[in-house]
Amino acid sequence: MGSYIFRRLLAVLGVLLAVSVLVFSISSLLPANVAYLILGPFAPPEQVRVLELRLGLTDPIWQQYWRWVSGFLSGDLGQSMLMNRPIAPLLAEAIGHSLILTLSSFVLIATIGVTLGIVAALHHGKPLDHGVSIITYLGVAVPEFFWAIVVIMVFAGWLGWLPSSGYEPLASGFWVWAQHLIAPTLTLVFAHLAHVSRLTRSSMIEIMQSPYIVAARAKGLPERIIVRHHALRNALLPTITVLALDFGRLMGGIVVVETVFGYPGLGRLIVFSIQNRDLPTLQAAILVVAAIYALANLTADLLYARLNPKIRYGRNVS
Amino acid sequence: MSLQLKIGLLLTLTIVLLGLLAPWIAPHPWDTIAIKSRFLPPNSTYWLGTDEFGRDVLSRVLMGTGLSIAMGVSATLVSLAIGIPIGLAAGYFQGRTDEVLMRFADVLMAVPPIMLGLLVLAVTPPSLWKTALTVGFVYIPPIARVTRSVTLSLAHEDFIQAAKARAETNTYILFRELLPNAWPPLIVEASLRVTYAILLGSALSFLGLGAQPPSSDWGLMISEARSFIDRAPWIALAPGLAMCALVIGVNLIGDGAREYLDPRLKAGVGKA
Repeated sequence: MGSYIFRRLLAVLGVLLAVSVLVFSISSLLPANVAYLILGPFAPPEQVRVLELRLGLTDPIWQQYWRWVSGFLSGDLGQSMLMNRPIAPLLAEAIGHSLILTLSSFVLIATIGVTLGIVAALHHGKPLDHGVSIITYLGVAVPEFFWAIVVIMVFAGWLGWLPSSGYEPLASGFWVWAQHLIAPTLTLVFAHLAHVSRLTRSSMIEIMQSPYIVAARAKGLPERIIVRHHALRNALLPTITVLALDFGRLMGGIVVVETVFGYPGLGRLIVFSIQNRDLPTLQAAILVVAAIYALANLTADLLYARLNPKIRYGRNVS
Repeated sequence: MSLQLKIGLLLTLTIVLLGLLAPWIAPHPWDTIAIKSRFLPPNSTYWLGTDEFGRDVLSRVLMGTGLSIAMGVSATLVSLAIGIPIGLAAGYFQGRTDEVLMRFADVLMAVPPIMLGLLVLAVTPPSLWKTALTVGFVYIPPIARVTRSVTLSLAHEDFIQAAKARAETNTYILFRELLPNAWPPLIVEASLRVTYAILLGSALSFLGLGAQPPSSDWGLMISEARSFIDRAPWIALAPGLAMCALVIGVNLIGDGAREYLDPRLKAGVGKA
């Protein structure tokens, strides 16, 4: 297991390296370069040339890439073009905001989703199962941005309970801070609940019909013990993989949700930097998201290996 | 056929039919600006009201139906065609093949779909078919991964050992032995993918990187209606609810089909 973890960590680094090449090459295809963007559309061409030379934009592409990556590794993420601030603190602040949002949503999704899935599976075909299905169907069928608008319409417009957008630091009071978190969290949880609960339900139903459960029933074990000790562990295996995917989807979900709610996190930073062609910020932000996501994936794989005795990584099974 | 599957088929076919017939049944032109009839609430002439340019919301929603369906289906076909073979090979051959294929998938998966989409689409002038292609490309890894995990659990089953003992070719084992048994989870996944593709496509349009005005793409419509949400909520609600109905329809088909295809579930023996 130890050597497996080591090899996977190396693989994660490899993946991040590949992602950095991908991000860098795609964004260097953007029509306008940085010098042009800094000086604005009416700058005389010779001035653009001078700045290009100074910024090293005329160097071969691999030299530019190397400069960017080595800067990244030494903690120098460069300068945001539009906000004229170093990227690192800008990004750190956005990550902090986004992590609060994603983690609170993630915990809610995992607990509510798995519970709903198990309840639905144990009442397979009964009204409760249909009720759960309808709720989760609604969640997945409504796009996040539409949920966000409905949440604003209901909680900010009609009821007036929550602010429609924005963010307040914790310093201005816990309740004010939490109020700004509720609406985006609610949106994210609703929009992402279905995958977890549906998968838990379908694998739970499948497990409950497998021979070893039938055998356990034949032994006369109470249903509660069968569910808890025999079925759950196997039924939750696929769910774990999906939870890691869901973490990634949450990181994606924040793009739309933060944009609609004007919540100053990573997602809004990314959209903002695309709209304003702020390349250095875009590159750094996406690479950071990739790093967070890669670690989440690794965690899921390790958990999967740990929980499933049938799969042993690091040894060749032929 | 279960009730679920019937409702799903009915809902989806109705929407598809409405989408196909849209040019003939739309009560008003979808793109004619009429300043005098702006922001009309739903009434007997304009069943779903009018938008900020006085265009009929119902006609626009109808004309947007085809766009959404085409987006979902074409994107999913792209990702299935590439993702399934990758997943089968990775799960069956394991070892080095698995490593290489999954690391390739990891690179694509290391960035959340919408961000990968944003990154790709940020460099080209936006248009709807580019968005569809990008969405399909972005969703290859999840399909490959689900296929792989199903294959992994099947690879050591007796019927695969038997096929090996019969000296069947690898292609036969992958596509004739493993694939049919991997279908039930794949159908759930593919149906979710169609809906995710519709949702991701519309989200990209919502963010301005898909369909462009004056297109009646649902995501774009909702995005444009955002500013008028307090005075004219129907402009956003109509396309939103239409998307909701379509996505639910496709999901119901996926779920219904799974129970229909999986003989163990269909038999429904005992308490489950």
